[in-house]
Order: sequence, then C-alpha cells, then structure tokens
Amino acid sequence: MNRVVITGMGIYGCLGKNIEEAKESLFHGRSGIGIDPERREIGFRSILTGIVDRPQLKGVLHRRLRIGMAEECEYAYMATVEALNMAKIDDDFLDKNEVGILYGNDSSAKAVVNAIDTVREKKDTTLIGSGSIFQSMNSTITMNLSTIFKIKGINFTVSGACASGSHAIGMGYFLIRHGLQKHIICGGAQEINSYAMGSFDGLSAFSIREGDPAAASRPFDKDRDGLIPSGGGATVILESYEEAVKRGALILGEVIGYGFSSNGAHISQPSVEGPMRSLEMSLQDANIKADEVDYINAHATSTPVGDMNEAKAINEVFGSCKPIVSSTKSMTGHECWMAGASEVAYCLLMMDNDFIAPNINFENPDENSAKLNITDKTLNKKIDVFLSNSFGFGGTNSSLIIKKFQNN
Amino acid sequence: MSNEEIIQKINEFLVEEFEVEKEVISVEANLRETLDLDSLDYVDLVVVIEENFGFKVTAEDFTNISTFQDFYNYVIQRVEKEKELVQ
Repeated sequence: MNRVVITGMGIYGCLGKNIEEAKESLFHGRSGIGIDPERREIGFRSILTGIVDRPQLKGVLHRRLRIGMAEECEYAYMATVEALNMAKIDDDFLDKNEVGILYGNDSSAKAVVNAIDTVREKKDTTLIGSGSIFQSMNSTITMNLSTIFKIKGINFTVSGACASGSHAIGMGYFLIRHGLQKHIICGGAQEINSYAMGSFDGLSAFSIREGDPAAASRPFDKDRDGLIPSGGGATVILESYEEAVKRGALILGEVIGYGFSSNGAHISQPSVEGPMRSLEMSLQDANIKADEVDYINAHATSTPVGDMNEAKAINEVFGSCKPIVSSTKSMTGHECWMAGASEVAYCLLMMDNDFIAPNINFENPDENSAKLNITDKTLNKKIDVFLSNSFGFGGTNSSLIIKKFQNN
Repeated sequence: MSNEEIIQKINEFLVEEFEVEKEVISVEANLRETLDLDSLDYVDLVVVIEENFGFKVTAEDFTNISTFQDFYNYVIQRVEKEKELVQ
C-alpha cells in the first residue's frame, strides 16, 4: 500500500485569506467572529457569524469559468490556488497528469434562492441565466474547479454534513493508499451567506452572546450557549509518497489513519459511542496507540450536548494518556462543510511551526471537559502526531490522524 | 428612447456582461465571434435584453442575427413593437 503525504495547503477564511495570515491568527488566538446586523432584519435569532470577504475574481478568471461559481466555490478556488502553488503543481503538470479532486460541500443555498426568486418574479426559467445551475448544485466546487484546473482524475463532491471536508480527505487518502490515484486536490468549503444559515439558526443552535462576538464561541466551556456559523475554503494536496518524492515536493505531513462511523441514532443529537468508534478505527488504521497522539483538534462547536459527548468519547479512548486538546472553532466558529479540511490545515500549520493553538474562551470546565487536557493558551510544543475530529448531522463521524513526515 | 440611445445601451451592457473592450464592437462585426458566445451565453444574452428592455427574446429570434447591426435592428424593431402594444 502507498504512503499518502500532504504537499500543499491553502486557506481562505475568517482567520485569514492565506495560510500565513491564518497561522498568525491561530498563534495569537485571534477570533474571526463578528456580527451581521442584516440577519436581525430577516428574522435571525442570532446575528453572530464568521466574517469572510468575497474574493474579487473578475479579471482573474474568464467570465465563463467564473459565472458558474457559487460563493463557497470562490473560497475553494482561492484556497486551491494557494495549495497548488505550495505543492508546485502548475498548469502543465495538471495538463499532463491524472490529478483528481474530492471536495467537501453540502449546500449552495444562495444560488438556489436567487434562482427561485427570479422564476417567481419573472415566471420564466430562461431568465435565471446560464450560471445558476452550476452554482446551485452541491457539486458546484468540484464541477467548477475541475473545469478551471483541467482535472483528469477522480472528480466528485463529498456531502457528509459538517464532516464533509474531513471525509473528502479520508476518501482521497484511501484512493491514493490503494494505488487508484496519485495526486488528489482535497478540501472543504462553506458558504457564509444568511440564506445558507437561516434554517440552522431556526433550531436555536447558534450562540446569542452578541455583545462580545470574540467570546461567543467557547467550546468545552461551562457557559457555552451554541455555535457560530462560519465559512470559507480550505484545500490540501494529497499525493503518494513516491510521486511527491519524484516531483521533489515539500512534504508537510503524512496521513496515517482515517476512521469513520455512523451513530445509527438521532438526526441531530450527537452520541458518544459513534465518535468513539471512529476514534478507535483511526488509531487502528494508523497502527498506533492512543498515547502516540500528541494533540487532538476537537470537533467541539460550542454546543452544550455536542461538546459534552465529544469530551466523553475522547476521555473514553484517550483518558489514560490525556493528549492536549483544543477546538480551533473557538476562533473560527463552525466552518461546517469546510471544517474537516480547514482544521487539518490549521493543525499542519501548528505542526510545522511547533505550537498548539489555544481553545480560546475556555474559562471554566464542566464536569466532562474537566477530564480533558484542554489548553486555553498557545503552547510552544512540537507535534509529531495529531488527530482531527469532525462530526455531522445524521450521525456521520470522521477522525483523521496525520503524522509529521519522517523519511523511513 | 432614440435609436442612438438604444444602440448605446446595448453596447454598454454587452461590454459589461461579456467583458469585452468596447473597441471590438462595430456594426459589421459578427456578434457571436466578437463576443465569443457559446450556447450558454445566448441564455445570458436573453437575460440582459430582458433586464434592459423588458421583453423576452427567443432562440429562434437569433437565427437571423449575424452582425451587431442585425442585433441593433432587431432590438430597435422590438422596442417599437413593445411601444405600440402599450399604446
């Protein structure tokens, strides 16, 4: 079986528009959360949101390549350009090699709403315009980026709710590991507009701590009151070790384990047992023991039940060794479909720069989080192995284990 | 709206929508080639005409349009017709 390495990454989100900015935000524990007052006018319970500027792609991409891109696709494009540059994969390489794309995305609400508004007003489907269909589908990212980058390998979207980005990397890892692909662009992206978040807000799942946006996302803290919706795009380039060496690429890390499971229970209530199985499977796949994991980037979104159950699951599997735990969602909010990919990128930045980003706003533990080794401060510490958890509606769970690259 | 005003309006939205330099537009030039229109782009041409003039063009209407002059003539004639209908 092939070893699977990561040779490039890119981030476009509320912690920064590139990996350098994101690294600084992570190191300094800066929050990317703000408010969107317009949400109050359209009936939102919470106006808290991650703040991400739309990239300006007019003049960068030809009109035909651009008008089928939904908001999240623009973020994914920015992150992918950065990741490909880092991996030193250029147009010529993309043209001559079978590079694939597997990207996590699970909605494209704004494009759908705009199209329906037009039809309702004009009573004529032609007047929706030609870009809408390519913006409206969940696969907007893979269909657009595969066209822009002239992708010739595997090409589809992974929709696994808030674990989409993580499963995309897991699937990429499997395909390369088993020799079916050599290079895959993996990632996740999330639209951040109000249309995408209204129904989620309607479940009262969001924090209403609007007076202090930077303190609103407080995973594992006793006084957490809900998540903050956020978004952007994150890309990692996965390659077989042999191909990466052959190209002389810089290796950022090695994917050594992927665990997945389904709770087989409630549609929105998370379980303890399901995540435990994905954690155990990832350790088994990586062929390592729990005490070899230095750092766990928790899924913890700042919801009362979700964080509690994840804390229990981590404690069940890692209770004897207590690796350092933090949730970067304390700074980013919940990047949903993007989160599984962005959090791998955040961890790679930590691993590469010998620090562990803090779980900001962790002031008072509750009964379950008190049992974990959660850091509320930036730690200057080398990471050899990290684990990234991602869970989603429907009880989908994903755990990825990534190791610092060693040439043996 | 005078014919000159209609033509100016058409040129403005074509430049904006199809992202071409205004210098490439001339009465004798071929509309499809100059604007690099594919089948999807014709849908957007229908949309911008509707947005700017309020009437709907069908695919069949384009069969006799080759040059920009043909396009201007077609739109001018449709604007006149719409005016008559209102009166």
